[in-house]
Amino acid sequence: MKVQLKVWRQKNRNSPGKFVIYDSPDLNPNMSFLEMLDVVNESLASKSEEPIAFDHDCREGICGTCSLVIDGKPHGPHKGVATCQTYMRSFKEGDQIVIEPFRAKAFPLIKDLVVDRKAFDRIQQKGGFISVRTGSAPDANSIPVPKDNADLAMDAAQCIGCGACVAACKNASAMLFVSAKVSHLGLLPQGQPERHRRVKAMVDQMDEEGFGACTVTGACEAVCPKSISLDFIARMNRDYLVALAKGDAKKPAAGGA
Amino acid sequence: MKLLLQIWRSSLGKKYVMALTGGALLLFVLGHMAGNLQFFLPPTYINAYGHFLQTTPELLWPARLGLLAMVGLHISAAISLTAANRAARPTRYAGAISSQGATLAARTMIWSGLVVASFIVYHLLHYTLTLPQVNGYQVFTGQSMDFDGLVEPKTGFHDIFAMIVLGFRIPVVAGFYLLSVGLLSIHLGHGVASMFQSLGLRSHVWWPRIATAARVLSVVIFLGYAVIPVSVLLGRGSDYVNDVRTSGKGTHLSPTSLSPSK
Repeated sequence: MKVQLKVWRQKNRNSPGKFVIYDSPDLNPNMSFLEMLDVVNESLASKSEEPIAFDHDCREGICGTCSLVIDGKPHGPHKGVATCQTYMRSFKEGDQIVIEPFRAKAFPLIKDLVVDRKAFDRIQQKGGFISVRTGSAPDANSIPVPKDNADLAMDAAQCIGCGACVAACKNASAMLFVSAKVSHLGLLPQGQPERHRRVKAMVDQMDEEGFGACTVTGACEAVCPKSISLDFIARMNRDYLVALAKGDAKKPAAGGA
Repeated sequence: MKLLLQIWRSSLGKKYVMALTGGALLLFVLGHMAGNLQFFLPPTYINAYGHFLQTTPELLWPARLGLLAMVGLHISAAISLTAANRAARPTRYAGAISSQGATLAARTMIWSGLVVASFIVYHLLHYTLTLPQVNGYQVFTGQSMDFDGLVEPKTGFHDIFAMIVLGFRIPVVAGFYLLSVGLLSIHLGHGVASMFQSLGLRSHVWWPRIATAARVLSVVIFLGYAVIPVSVLLGRGSDYVNDVRTSGKGTHLSPTSLSPSK
């Protein structure tokens, strides 16, 4: 099969970008979207043209490195699937496929389709440590965790931090990402000691990075390759409210060992 | 004080402000609707209700000031959030971007809200300050009309009933009212549910119930408000007002309200 690509090309942050149209070489419909880009890049390189820069790593939907807004939807046409697991058989022979980078102030463009998503790393780092005993492995089930909470925490922990939620949101809001990261530890007993300090620090960093606020449109949930639920945003709102009400911890007068 | 500042500076905090002030305004919208629906009782009821409010400043003014504060906070938080949201995506998508199930109501909250806000200003000038310049009579009938001069003959109370009938007889006025109430209803269809989300009062069990209840409530509010101008346009109260107009002397309409414009 063959398709036509309309790809955003931009040399760097400071030079203007534009769409460029490429006709793909012959493709196998069972290629992934990223493999298709590899093939297109190979043909570009053989013509001594600059290959299209795009992010990718594991190519099995668990690392969150791939991105791309494909025909107006982050991660392409399917629900609950990342770009790397989108296959060319989802498109028709001769389709024109529009590919754009994620766009947000907090995700500055690096080149072509590659954006800098370090803002997410900085938010996660603000989450800080959790107080657990390290050393030898603990006995299994030594800390009881209700099954429902374990399941919910796993749902939240599925977030691969790809940034599709930001890309789809009309406000470029990172609430879905931050709420998943806040909830996955907040639901477990091991996450309780720092629960409120953590939500406060992560939300404040999110604001600092220049992400927008939540209008509850649900677009993030719809494009999330891991189908993270808006319920987690409500959970984060609740935790943050409690954290604000509790205030900052009192500084010890002296010592504290 | 530090807490208030923290709330205002945080994106989540401003959403709490939006939700709480929105909730207070929703209660007012419901109360106001209940008050208005007395229009379907004999005229003495709504006139007595109006008289009660106008002669109870210790109730009226705290409510007015409270509402003003709620509206002020709601609008300023909305504008500040919208500005931050716009700034969060300085470069728009060059290609078409799909809305991903985001409803039109959700995507246009600021616009439905601003139209409703401008309507509120008009509504206050129209029925609270009763400025003759804005009730449309001069423009559309060539006659002047002073709502202030409407007095119920038996009691001497301000005749709210006649004011409503005469006010909504001007189709453009009724039309703007219907448009605004429609937008308010769309605004609340999304806003009431989002209020619970912003305050964290949501779970997978409650969200479908909350979303449905918000939609039902918004339809009820639309019908509860729209029924008044529609019934006036269909003739409700015209006998009452016409009797007054044709019975000549001793009417409860003041002479100025009937005199042709000079």
